[in-house]
Amino acid sequence: MGKYIEMIRIRFLMMLAYRTNYYSGILIYSINIGAYYFLWSAIYGGKENIQGLSITQMTTYIAVAWMARAFYFNNIDREIAMEIKEGKVAVEMVRPYPYLNMKMMQGLGEGIFRLLFFSVPGMVIVALVFPVELSTNMSTWLFFFLSIIFSFIINTQINLLAGIATFFLFNNDGLIRAKRVVIDLFSGLILPLSFYPMWAQNVMSYLPFQGISYIPSMIFTEGFKGSQIYEALINQAVWSLLLIIPVYGLWILAKRQLVVQGG
Amino acid sequence: MDYISIFFQYVGQYLKTRLTYRADMVVEIFSDLLFQAVNLVFILVVFGHTSLLAGWSKDEMIFIYGFFLVPFSIFASFFNIWDFTDRYIVKGEMDRILTRPVHSLFQIVLERMELESLFGVITGLVVMFYAGNQLGLEISWYDPFIFILLVIGGALVYAGIFIALATIGFWSDSRTDIMPMMYNIGNYGRYPVDIYNKVIKYVLTWILPFAFVGVYPSSYFLRREEWYTYAFLTPVVGLVFFLIAVALWNVGVTKYRGAGN
Repeated sequence: MGKYIEMIRIRFLMMLAYRTNYYSGILIYSINIGAYYFLWSAIYGGKENIQGLSITQMTTYIAVAWMARAFYFNNIDREIAMEIKEGKVAVEMVRPYPYLNMKMMQGLGEGIFRLLFFSVPGMVIVALVFPVELSTNMSTWLFFFLSIIFSFIINTQINLLAGIATFFLFNNDGLIRAKRVVIDLFSGLILPLSFYPMWAQNVMSYLPFQGISYIPSMIFTEGFKGSQIYEALINQAVWSLLLIIPVYGLWILAKRQLVVQGG
Repeated sequence: MDYISIFFQYVGQYLKTRLTYRADMVVEIFSDLLFQAVNLVFILVVFGHTSLLAGWSKDEMIFIYGFFLVPFSIFASFFNIWDFTDRYIVKGEMDRILTRPVHSLFQIVLERMELESLFGVITGLVVMFYAGNQLGLEISWYDPFIFILLVIGGALVYAGIFIALATIGFWSDSRTDIMPMMYNIGNYGRYPVDIYNKVIKYVLTWILPFAFVGVYPSSYFLRREEWYTYAFLTPVVGLVFFLIAVALWNVGVTKYRGAGN
């Protein structure tokens, strides 16, 4: 356990060393959320609510979806692909800890950094400028934090899968990009899933992606109520466990496939 | 030095390397298509809940998106500099670039081109013709020429903005994460600028002029005469922003001190 905490800490400190420019990032994020707010106001065009979400809830949804993204988002798929291409993975694999766990912990270090230095100040600014409604209910916040931890796990597992695929494809920039697009769309980052036509919602309810963005954002905006919250969290938990199987399966296959070209 | 012949030699080499990883190339084109589909899905889903967006219809929005894809794809094929700081400054690769006989920016364009993105030009044209047909738009003999001019203007706007952002790397090599967000902000240029408040409208017109890659030039083809002035400003804005960006780059290069190991 100690070594994992150390990995998180080191990645955190690494990010901290380059923190200054993060503040410019907050400005860009705010412009982004602002533009989205006006776009949605135009879409609502005076309507009270669409699919049970009011315009204020919609603004909150978007703000929190993007801020939560800063926490769960990481580039470990690209990092793994890079280490495989450069042959570094061979050295990493002889180290006395599992490679995949290490990658996950590095992602967590990055996520915690962004949560503290990016999402929190960013959310404060956005809440001052735009009509965002922050819940005063403690349990909502608690459920939300539980939920974004699951988001992180699910998203990271999918990243690991995309990264490990490099063992088989050698060059998988295309796959990584496709994955990102699919996640943006199916996770509910761009549009709440309840806006999609019914048949599309049915398909998405069988996929793990809604656990990445839609569930935490709906919990935060209180679009989910009562038992819906528990069902959503159980859905996330089940996917977090279920995805371990393909990750380890693919990893075992990949280790057999390993060809190191240089290093 | 003959820039054009060097350019085509690089294109030749590029095609060879891409054809080595055919599976990846297919996935990449597919992922581009997917990416373009996502934006269409957004428009379609949104118009499932409303019939007009600030007076613009669904087909008009689709047309704007189709137009946007053309300059954007040209930009994406040749100006892959969103990871410039990481790739060239932090790793010291810029040292190598500066020893090359062509202009440093041109050298990076050559090394980082991604020609498969040009596929988006076809998608864009297909989308435009589909939407134009639905709207019953007429094409005059000179429209294709204006189209080319506006597309070049739009591509230069994008190139200018991203080159200018990349030059930040010459002064400060810390990571920003601005670039990926910029791609997102670029999307807002595709919606009628009336919907935004004054600040954002001003930003999208004069500071990060993404509106010149979407709604302004498209309004010419959609015969929205109130926007004609802006539509015809597109090439001017593109040229001005591109030249400013290159000037910034040239200053930035002199500040480069080398790094890496």
